[in-house]
Amino acid sequence: MAVCIAVIAKENYPLYIRSTPTENELKFHYMVHTSLDVVDEKISAMGKALVDQRELYLGLLYPTEDYKVYGYVTNSKVKFVMVVDSSNTALRDNEIRSMFRKLHNSYTDVMCNPFYNPGDRIQSRAFDNMVTSMMIQVC
Amino acid sequence: MEVAAGGGCGAGPPLLLSDSEQQCYSELFARCAGASSGGPGPGPPEATRVAPGTATAAAGPVADLFRASQLPPETLHQITELCGAKRVGYFGPTQFYIALKLIAAAQSGLPVRTESIKCELPLPRFGMAKSDGEMRFGNPAELHGKKVQIPYLPTEKNSLKRMDDEDKQQESQSPTMSPLASPPSSPPHYQRVSLSHGYSKLRSGTEQMHPAPYETRQPIGQPEGSSSEGPGVKPLHRQASLIRSFSVERELQDNNSNYPDEPWRITEEQREYYVNQFRSLQPDPSSFISGSVAKNFFTKSKLSIPELSYIWELSDADCDGALTLPEFCAAFHLIVARKNGYPLPEGLPPTLQPEYLQAAFPKSKWECTIFDSYSESMPANQQPCDLNRMEKTSVKDMADFPVPTQDVTTGDDKQALNSTANEPSPKDVAEDTASKDCNSLKARPRSRSYSSTSIEETMKRGENPPTPPPRPQKTHSRASSLDLNKVFQPSVPAANSGLLPPPPALPPRPCPTQSEPVSEADLHPQLNRAPSQAAESSPKKDAPHAQPPSKPIRRKFRPENQTMESQESAAAVGGAASAAMVKPHPTVQKQSSKQKKAIQTAIRKNKEANAVLARLNSELQQQLKEVHQERIALENQLEQLRPVTVL
Repeated sequence: MAVCIAVIAKENYPLYIRSTPTENELKFHYMVHTSLDVVDEKISAMGKALVDQRELYLGLLYPTEDYKVYGYVTNSKVKFVMVVDSSNTALRDNEIRSMFRKLHNSYTDVMCNPFYNPGDRIQSRAFDNMVTSMMIQVC
Repeated sequence: MEVAAGGGCGAGPPLLLSDSEQQCYSELFARCAGASSGGPGPGPPEATRVAPGTATAAAGPVADLFRASQLPPETLHQITELCGAKRVGYFGPTQFYIALKLIAAAQSGLPVRTESIKCELPLPRFGMAKSDGEMRFGNPAELHGKKVQIPYLPTEKNSLKRMDDEDKQQESQSPTMSPLASPPSSPPHYQRVSLSHGYSKLRSGTEQMHPAPYETRQPIGQPEGSSSEGPGVKPLHRQASLIRSFSVERELQDNNSNYPDEPWRITEEQREYYVNQFRSLQPDPSSFISGSVAKNFFTKSKLSIPELSYIWELSDADCDGALTLPEFCAAFHLIVARKNGYPLPEGLPPTLQPEYLQAAFPKSKWECTIFDSYSESMPANQQPCDLNRMEKTSVKDMADFPVPTQDVTTGDDKQALNSTANEPSPKDVAEDTASKDCNSLKARPRSRSYSSTSIEETMKRGENPPTPPPRPQKTHSRASSLDLNKVFQPSVPAANSGLLPPPPALPPRPCPTQSEPVSEADLHPQLNRAPSQAAESSPKKDAPHAQPPSKPIRRKFRPENQTMESQESAAAVGGAASAAMVKPHPTVQKQSSKQKKAIQTAIRKNKEANAVLARLNSELQQQLKEVHQERIALENQLEQLRPVTVL
């Protein structure tokens, strides 16, 4: 389903980025990078209210002709960005939300590992497996 | 039959073949070998490398046969990898048999792994009827040989490379040893390790092969569990008679090859060790070790952080950032295994799962012992026990054993003590528990008696116990004799912990419900002295424990060495434990004196260390001086020479 999944740290550098290897990954990296602006915009817009009221799921950040990009922010300003193939029309908002929730849960599991220093690249195999399962579901 | 299958294999047959299997396999092998000798050259070049005298089956007819089994080509590739033919470059009898067995396994739906061949399997079926196969073999093998050459080419290259690596090691081994070495699961590592042949090379060789079987392992978690249970049951009979199934010191390879998960099985001794380490970090066996504590502890093992991170991931099953006892044991075991060179598994092996560990080595046993001890102490103090339980629940995070901080925390001590007090007597005790028993024994009985007295104060037994608090007042009230005050004062600081009852007053104050303890109180000080001496030595042992468990191998030896020592102390402990059960409290005094002794031993140790370092320092200074002198001498020489050159 998801073609590319990225975890971006608070300082806007990637902690984890993975795309289906079929096409050139650089394009996806670029898309994720540009989407960060949109994420920041959404955060600042919502951020005028209290942080508690801000919802974690940001929704569709922007659509291109081939892909749609969805965003999700945690309370610690870690961003999850997901690029989805536009041809997957069956993909509903709820499903995207559930995918982000799974991502978030896996991310907290990674955080629970005392050997993981926040700010390191994520090298957890469990996280990898989860992401892989998300990315090849449709296949 | 098995002998025939083993061929020249020295370390015991890895394969168990039934009669029919043996017959069938030897037939097939003969056919393949016969065909190879009958057929012309298309056998792969490796065949020429075969040691003279061992029959080999050429790749042509063998590949033919395999294809006739109608398994997908990837499976066949895996099978050839696993059986070791690629490794050695030819199909010897053992490789062939293993391959056939794997085919049978694959056909019955089991995953292609070495464990599959341990169980009873139907004979492998080959698509063409055997007669057809025979005809095929009889046919000019050239055609088939050529066809087969192509798929085998890439494998030939690999086998060529591997031959370079492995040849040196395997030349000294018999060729039939290689199948034992080839399956890249853990048991063969024993073979290699025990042979201690170019260990690192072997490991690098096998690690290349890991991805393939591991891939098959992953998706097949469930059947793997069930299939390994099958063979596990049979070899378990053997294992039961063996003392240690997992030998970190690289012994006992022949036993281990029978049960494939052996390296991931925790033995009793290891279990003890892990539990003791757990207790050193966290006294309560039913509670957690926090992430940071565990991190510091495991970092001492000097594994790399990514590996530790991965081990944590494997062992922290509930991903809560804390380790329970079974999780801790699993993590420790994985660390130990990794330090001894075993590659980390993709998933937590079934023998390391927390549920398995809890079932196999009942953690509940400890809780039972806690309750047992409670029941034993019940006749002594009924109500105090309730209070103790409450205390236990309220206080879970006592940091250090030998320094109970009185009152509530000692209640926790007591509970932990009771659990361990029962354990040492039946089992061999690693030094840790023994030392802790010594320390805690004194701590707990005292605390218990103290709390019991306090409870009885509240319960108003009206006997001796209520008196102690008033006693000091009595002394004050008397006030007339300064001598009495002086007598009490020094003892009060000796008590040291703010306990009200002054030590001199303690002996005449037995436990309220008991008059017996009075007699035991006499015994007790003597017993306490014995363990206290052990306690002196134990703090020293405690210090090495703080040393990195980076040397788990040695540490295993240590517990073994020190079980002898600790048994003596355990005997004393056992004696003290029984006496301590009912527990009067002259031990309050002992406790403070024990603290003193602990401090003194610590001081002594530090002084010794200081002396050593000072000596080292002086020696280095000496060397520095000498070097300086040499330098001066050389400079002089240089100057003497210089005028010559200048001129």
